[in-house]
Amino acid sequence: MRVLIVGAGEVGSSIAADLSDSHEVVVVDVDADYVEQLQYDLDVLPVQGDGTESDVLEEAGVADADIVIASTDDDETNLAVCGTAATLADPFTIARVQKTAYLRTWRRTQRAFDVDFMVCTDLLTAQSIVRLIEFPTATDVDPFSSGRVQMAEFEVDPESEIAGQTVQAADRFESLTFAAVVEDGEATIPTGETVLTGGSKVLVIGTPDSVESFAAAVAPSSAAASVDDIVVVGGGQQGLLVAERLEERGFRPRLIEHDETRARDLAEQLPKTTVMAHDATDADFLAAENVGDADVVIACLDSDEKCLLVSLLSKRLGAGRAIASIETPEYVSLFETVGIDVAVNPREVTAEEITRFTRERRAENVAIVEPGEAEVLEVEVDDESVLAGRPIREAVADLPSEVVIGAITRDDTVITPRGDTVVEVGDHVVVFVPTGAQAAIAEKL
Amino acid sequence: MSGGLRVDWRVSCSLVGTVVKWLWVPLCLPLVLALYDGTALTPFLVPMALTAVVGFGLERLAETRDLRAREAFLMVSLTWLSIALVGAVPFVVAGVGTLAHPVYALFEAMSGVTTTGATVVTDFGAHARAIHLWRATLQWLGGLGILVLATAVLSQLSVGGAQLMETESQAQDVDKLTPRMSNTAALLWKIYVALTALLVVLLSGLHVVGLAPEMTPYDALAHAFTTISTSGFSPRGTSIAAFSPAVQWTLVPFMIVGATSFVLIYAVSRGNVGRLRRSDEFRFYVGVLAFFALAVCAIRALDAGPGVPFERTARHAVFQVVSITTTTGYASTDFNTWSASAKHLLFVCMFIGGMAGSTTCSIKALRWLVVIKSFRRDLFVATTPSAIRPVRLSGEPIDEETVRDIYAYTLISLLFFGVATIFVVLDAARVGVVLTEFEAMSAAASTFFNIGPAFGVAGPMANYAGFPTTTTFVMTLLMWVGRIEILPVLVLLTPSFWRS
Amino acid sequence: MSGVRVDWRASLALVGSVLTYLAVPLCFPIAVALYYGDGGLVAFLVTIAVTLLLGFGLGRLDDDPDIGAREGFLMVSATWLAVALVGAIPYLIEAHGIPGVVAATHPESTLGDPANALFESMSGFTTTGATVLGSISFDAHTRAMMMWRQETQWLGGMGIVVLAVAILPKLSVGGAQLMEAEAPGPGLEKFTPKIAETARALWGLYVGLTALEIALLYGLHLLGPALGTPLAPKMTFYNAVAHGLTTMPTGGFSPEARSIEAFSAVVQWVIVPFMIAAGVNFALFWHLVTGDPNHVREDAEFRGYVGLLAVATALVAGFLYTDPGLAGIAGALEPSLRHAAFQVASFVTTTGYATVDFNAWGTPAKYVLLALLFVGGSAGSTGGGIKIVRWLVVLKSVRREFFTTVHPDAVRPVRLAGQVIDESAVRGIQAFTLCYLVLFAVASVLVVANGAAVDGGMSVFEAVSATASTLGNVGPGFGAFGPMNSYLPFPDSTKVLMVGLMWVGRLEVFPVLVLLTRSYWSS
Repeated sequence: MRVLIVGAGEVGSSIAADLSDSHEVVVVDVDADYVEQLQYDLDVLPVQGDGTESDVLEEAGVADADIVIASTDDDETNLAVCGTAATLADPFTIARVQKTAYLRTWRRTQRAFDVDFMVCTDLLTAQSIVRLIEFPTATDVDPFSSGRVQMAEFEVDPESEIAGQTVQAADRFESLTFAAVVEDGEATIPTGETVLTGGSKVLVIGTPDSVESFAAAVAPSSAAASVDDIVVVGGGQQGLLVAERLEERGFRPRLIEHDETRARDLAEQLPKTTVMAHDATDADFLAAENVGDADVVIACLDSDEKCLLVSLLSKRLGAGRAIASIETPEYVSLFETVGIDVAVNPREVTAEEITRFTRERRAENVAIVEPGEAEVLEVEVDDESVLAGRPIREAVADLPSEVVIGAITRDDTVITPRGDTVVEVGDHVVVFVPTGAQAAIAEKL
Repeated sequence: MSGGLRVDWRVSCSLVGTVVKWLWVPLCLPLVLALYDGTALTPFLVPMALTAVVGFGLERLAETRDLRAREAFLMVSLTWLSIALVGAVPFVVAGVGTLAHPVYALFEAMSGVTTTGATVVTDFGAHARAIHLWRATLQWLGGLGILVLATAVLSQLSVGGAQLMETESQAQDVDKLTPRMSNTAALLWKIYVALTALLVVLLSGLHVVGLAPEMTPYDALAHAFTTISTSGFSPRGTSIAAFSPAVQWTLVPFMIVGATSFVLIYAVSRGNVGRLRRSDEFRFYVGVLAFFALAVCAIRALDAGPGVPFERTARHAVFQVVSITTTTGYASTDFNTWSASAKHLLFVCMFIGGMAGSTTCSIKALRWLVVIKSFRRDLFVATTPSAIRPVRLSGEPIDEETVRDIYAYTLISLLFFGVATIFVVLDAARVGVVLTEFEAMSAAASTFFNIGPAFGVAGPMANYAGFPTTTTFVMTLLMWVGRIEILPVLVLLTPSFWRS
Repeated sequence: MSGVRVDWRASLALVGSVLTYLAVPLCFPIAVALYYGDGGLVAFLVTIAVTLLLGFGLGRLDDDPDIGAREGFLMVSATWLAVALVGAIPYLIEAHGIPGVVAATHPESTLGDPANALFESMSGFTTTGATVLGSISFDAHTRAMMMWRQETQWLGGMGIVVLAVAILPKLSVGGAQLMEAEAPGPGLEKFTPKIAETARALWGLYVGLTALEIALLYGLHLLGPALGTPLAPKMTFYNAVAHGLTTMPTGGFSPEARSIEAFSAVVQWVIVPFMIAAGVNFALFWHLVTGDPNHVREDAEFRGYVGLLAVATALVAGFLYTDPGLAGIAGALEPSLRHAAFQVASFVTTTGYATVDFNAWGTPAKYVLLALLFVGGSAGSTGGGIKIVRWLVVLKSVRREFFTTVHPDAVRPVRLAGQVIDESAVRGIQAFTLCYLVLFAVASVLVVANGAAVDGGMSVFEAVSATASTLGNVGPGFGAFGPMNSYLPFPDSTKVLMVGLMWVGRLEVFPVLVLLTRSYWSS
């Protein structure tokens, strides 16, 4: 498949890197340096030029492209790229936007601005932050089958009840599949005898309820208290979206925004949120407002350094968990070792979302577990699939050995796959696939 | 963690303990008098022991003394309550007259410490002089306490626009209150003591030269205590009517001084008289006093007709207007017998109060001034819709949020007064006490705004013992709430204070 | 234009057009006079002549009046004053006649005193319902005169300026401004694109409801004999029209001396819902009529209004039921409930009708009524007072104050039914409420001070209640100025003051106060 990516920033190059091994990727960017750099880093075809110009797009081969991804940092440019591409040829267009207003417009017809799929960075970030809150111990949560199935990654706390148990002993949760155990960045498929050691990460697939009860089991027994008091720091669009989502879920968060006028705006838009106008890096203020009592502090400030500062301040006051949205990818792992519990990188989230769409047109949903290691796919089974009409025990023989079938949804109900489960045509299957096996999977499912 | 209390009540209680601990010192004063007179000592020894035990006990509740806004609210409210509780002990232990009843004793003590001056004493002669001195001492302490509270604490907690006090009264040395809170307190204390001493000397002087036969040194001390604190207890059943005109004239300026911002007084004592003239609030306050005094004087002169000496009419009119407006509550005559219009004017005076940063209560001249100024601004903006005109006080622009706070505060006061009146009426009807509507309104206003006497049954020469016990108890709460500017107590009742 | 920045000619010219049109409603009492033939014809003919003359005279000041914000205030304030002045003419002619033209029909009328005539007229137009009539009967006044009294209230109810905007094309541009100046509360809602249409819709609803009530009342009267039981024997066609004209504007005048006490219990029950309807924001009726009932259910003010009525009625009914001093009411459920519901509705909506002399009630019940004097109906209704929506905003902002005292940095907008209220609107509402209370206090001092002249004295409470009642456009006070008495004992100076209060109260203070500032005229 030929994929044309316009914009070679963080998001664009990240998508290009993920796709370049199995697809033909063309990257267009105005910046000659970026383009040159890309030539050496990745196996892609770089084109220097303005992606909104038809000449440039034609030069990049838009006529043969199956997918055009507009991922520059400018919303209007992205929309123009999609519009131009749709005029020149008939590719599937994907646009990345910042403004939620565009997303709202697009959702009305799903075809507005000649965009076939639209991704809003801040919204995705907000969604993934809120999912993290619902599972206090999870480091990654992705929904499948419209939320009926969830894939979650947990770090096994050494003090939790399942630490040291074998998978067989720990597997007492209904409709839950252990897909992988990640130790030192290496994913392995667990067998019944695999021991879940403290500090390792475990990847499970199942219904939200079962994931939730598993979440309680991996957590240290003291921190089992449910999340109630949430403080959002930073009232930019991300902070607003996070607070909105939290309100929808019945929380009454607190939001701290430095700018008074903006705070007033936010207070008007968020009826259930207590908005405060103050500098959140003021330790006295945080103490006076008892931010230390918060179960979760979410830092969505513009500056990564401030996010770190606020997170550390509130952790020191006693806050339960600190989640921060960190723009610079290099900081993510660094900040997580310093004290932020989870750092979410908006660009990474966006790249993941776009990749999942592009990777395999039949795959409806993709979650990247460890970049370059493994991913989780959701596939609709058609009659050509090796799974169709056979019990899983037989079908697995035709699949690469590392593949794990995590969950099956059929007509809105979730079925836990067991050896004798028969997969029918039309079922949605969530599978765990190590990198390298994707091509084989795509062919056989 | 979550769901727990967000207020460190131990810190507040511990600080209250520190205050209570020191209450034995003022108790020495009536004790000495009791020794001199040879009357019972137990009424004072018992609370002394009690304060020591309770004070030290409370103080040990917390190690750290990290006082933040919420703890400060709790501490302020509890301090006033606990001083009133301690102050009631001598009355109960002495067990004389109406004060033997615990509810009445608490009413009297609260009336004292809040500088209200409403009394339930029916027979003034029955009580020992030491008890009367304790009543006066309570008021004097309450006056000083409120001064420190108003200038140092409330302005920082920005209660109902109290932060304006700072802009309005920027004396060089009191200007920055935060770093030198104790300095501020010490400064206020010195001025307060000096003014009290001056008044004692003046009154005794009048006695010595023969102008004030009734004003013994004991009376001089008791009245000086209750004048500067604008509170109004008197050991005499007939209040200031028992004294000569010279005494009455002398008290008027001191009541006015007690109702003047102590920060201004400090500036004046440093020779900066121009500050008085430049202060919008002071000019407004003096203007209001003059206006009402003239109006009452005119009404009284018309009512009295010819034949009554003008000096007497003027004296009583001025004295009464000053006494009510400054929330003192002294009476130089029984104004219950005045005509309805004069009484009604005095009733309106109840809602005014003195300057911010003084010992007075009620809504305060500062708030009214801001309210009036912003009315005028609103009228101006109505005709010139695009105009932007900040409200200014002594030339300094006031920010809109403060204006809003002041509006809200004034409205809360009036609403509270309304609710209190309805309660007084209903409670009186419940037990069958006959009360006119005006009596109920004035009694509610008088206690809530910490003035003292009301009209009718609770008039200046009468007392509050005629109300049902439940009403007296609620009035005790009203005095408490009214004294510390309403909000510190009311916020304690909101769930968000404790939880969020 | 030496310094004066207000185009007063334009304002007065518009006042002139309103006066011209006043000739039309003046024809109604003429018809009454012709039908009953008990006199009063000349008085109204003369008044028509005067109003036409004045109207055309003023109209010539400016041929093409251009209304701005300032002119709007002046025009509205002046209109109400002018209309009240003209409205007083028939009362004066009735008592004095016109020397050399016509003799006085009722020389003993208390309205012969100009202050009384103006008071009665202003009380009518502002829908207050406080009266200075010495004796309310057809012996003392002609039927035409009594009907004119009722009609002034009906005209004043929906607002004369609203009416003018509805029918005068030249007001279409500045119309919104004028309507806002007439009722500056937060209630004005332009629910049609053209302001004149909105004004017409309001008047249409108003006329419709009035007609419905008249039909119901008269229907009861006719139905009585048919059923064999007298349902409303005294509710003649005349009375039905008269009371229809004063219920919907929440006026409170009645041609019966004992107000609604004179009528049967059924009539009293029928009037209650109409009073309640009159206290509702008329924009809500519009939404109801256009098929949007949710709008009504979700309206915060409407809910507050209904809640207040229910709670106050329950309270008062409880007090009445248990008050041993009330023969015939205590212990009987229907009368306690009826009188409570009627009196509460009458006070909250500032109508001022009475089914019973509530002066005889116990203090608690009376106090509830007194408190209601300060509440008032909904914004955008015909009721007066401070208005429910203002109290709601005040209470919410007070609650907000508690919250921000604990959390000084919290930003918390005041919301009504989820809708954010702008900060300057909140401040405006607080300012209005305070201003109203201060005005009330100042006026009460003046009334009390002036009260020494009243025969037999007057208690402070009576004076205060009368002040609150006139400022809030309610009508009756307590004590000597109770529902079955009149304001006659007040000295003339107090009556003039009260005329001012009614005027200021009806226009919600601001438009009049603005005229008193120097910057209005010169800067």
